[in-house]
Amino acid sequence: MKRLSAPLIGGMILLGAVMLCAMIPDVLAPYDPLGFDFAALLAPPSAAHPFGTDQFGRDMLSRTISAARIDLQIALFATIFPCVLGVLIGLFVGWYGGVADMIFGRLVDLVVTFPFLVLVIAIVAILGPGLVNMYIAITIVGWVAYARLMHSEVLVQKAGEYVAAARVLGYSTPRILFRHILPNAIRPVLVYLVSDMALVILLGSSLGYLGLGAQPPEAEWGVLIADGKNFFNQAPWIALFPGAVIVIAGLGFSLTGDGLADLLEVKR
Amino acid sequence: MNRGAWLVSRLLQIIPTFILIGLAVFVLARLLPGNVVEALLGDRGTDEAVARLTAQLGLDKSIPVQLLQYFKAILQGDLGDSLAMRIKVTTLIADRLPVTGMLTLMAMVIAIGVAVPLAFVAALNANRWPDLAIRWVFQLGLSSPVFYVGLILLTVFAAGLRWFPVGGYGDTLGDKLYHLFLPAVALAFSFSAVVMRNLRASILAVLTAEYVDFARAKGIAARLVLFRHVLRNALIATVTLVGLHIGSLLGGAVVTESVFAVPGVGRLMVDSIFSRDYPVIQALTLVLAVLVSLAFLVTDIVQMWLDPRVSR
Repeated sequence: MKRLSAPLIGGMILLGAVMLCAMIPDVLAPYDPLGFDFAALLAPPSAAHPFGTDQFGRDMLSRTISAARIDLQIALFATIFPCVLGVLIGLFVGWYGGVADMIFGRLVDLVVTFPFLVLVIAIVAILGPGLVNMYIAITIVGWVAYARLMHSEVLVQKAGEYVAAARVLGYSTPRILFRHILPNAIRPVLVYLVSDMALVILLGSSLGYLGLGAQPPEAEWGVLIADGKNFFNQAPWIALFPGAVIVIAGLGFSLTGDGLADLLEVKR
Repeated sequence: MNRGAWLVSRLLQIIPTFILIGLAVFVLARLLPGNVVEALLGDRGTDEAVARLTAQLGLDKSIPVQLLQYFKAILQGDLGDSLAMRIKVTTLIADRLPVTGMLTLMAMVIAIGVAVPLAFVAALNANRWPDLAIRWVFQLGLSSPVFYVGLILLTVFAAGLRWFPVGGYGDTLGDKLYHLFLPAVALAFSFSAVVMRNLRASILAVLTAEYVDFARAKGIAARLVLFRHVLRNALIATVTLVGLHIGSLLGGAVVTESVFAVPGVGRLMVDSIFSRDYPVIQALTLVLAVLVSLAFLVTDIVQMWLDPRVSR
């Protein structure tokens, strides 16, 4: 067993902090995130309000903490759905090959010619802005990366002796696929999943900023920054702190992903 | 396969790709739940207005007929009319595309200009402090959303120090470059991280390759080995990387243009979503995908020219 590396530990500490915010926001937030305070409008960071306040006197620290829940939800849903879909497709295409393989190859080539963000935005434009439609859009585009990983991994596993043995023993195809090949092929996919969480946090907050993802009053870091951009000259802290937290969360996921790749010796 | 034959077959591959892109965009546009026309007109939709818009969008025909007309129109260079601005979509895109092109190109130049030398410094000092410092800065680049980097640059260098304009686009070439500088830096930040990371890894791999040992053993000066052997091979990897990332740069440009109010196609796309200008969104998706597939083509050709093994 290899020792845990410094980046992995660092990444997990950052993630732990963000997760704590998502789990117990009421305990950690010093104020009600929606409570107006007209005595402290656009107040700069101070001991009472470490992240300052916005144009309604709402405490930015509390708003940032309460937004963690939706951003972590994005990190989870915007990776799990594409992952499950991609893994299933990669598994079946890799196993059966033939025509399915040909169609799959064409489809992958097609999807990668569309700029990821442009395609996601186009689908959100058609379905309408909002979190659920954003998840649908990311799933339609994002499954490809997972399917490719799974596909190439299945091709390797398929040639393994244990698969031949399982066939000789007369095991059913679903049993071989899900009980034998899947557990052996899933490792690179799971490592990619963690790194992908960093990407979708950036993607989700970008769409929130553009007004295409989470919709106000849903508290999401990108939405908070969009709120603050109109006051950027007078009160830069409104946008500055939620943005810094996005960077921390992104850093947490990507360090953890890199650390896991090293630990599990997954080549990328 | 010789080079000529490889080139012809690669060029021919672009045709089915274009057809598939067109087909995908057509299907995408018809994913719209419910009736587009009623959604567009809302409560204002009299029966007459609905019928007129349905006919204008060609939605009164059967799906195969629509598909045929759609491909025919594309071949004639007609991508429909903008519903919001009432002009030809092609005119609109032709107006805006050079802006995005210039922004993306500038970002690419900045990213490569910064990342290539730093990748060398990092690789040659692997795991010592210059390497660690460079990797940390770029790790931040990978974790920072482009709109946030843009906002910070805007506050510090445009609103604060007043070195750069807060947004928009100039008239003369120099003025345009000046306006696009900050957006290009924002867009370049995360891309330079990708280039640096990959280039560093490939330089490290090349440094330990046998032909480099051999060149050294022949007594060729270390610096010459570095430039003639290591740089060339590492650059091949970078060319591929740049080609593969055109799509993500264009995606980043959509966000950057919105932050800096740059009148490019990205801003047009976001604006069109809020004005429900479906023909513009559809056309832009098509045009950007075609551009990316052309970028892939150019990448393949450049790669073949740099590395003859590709065509075999």
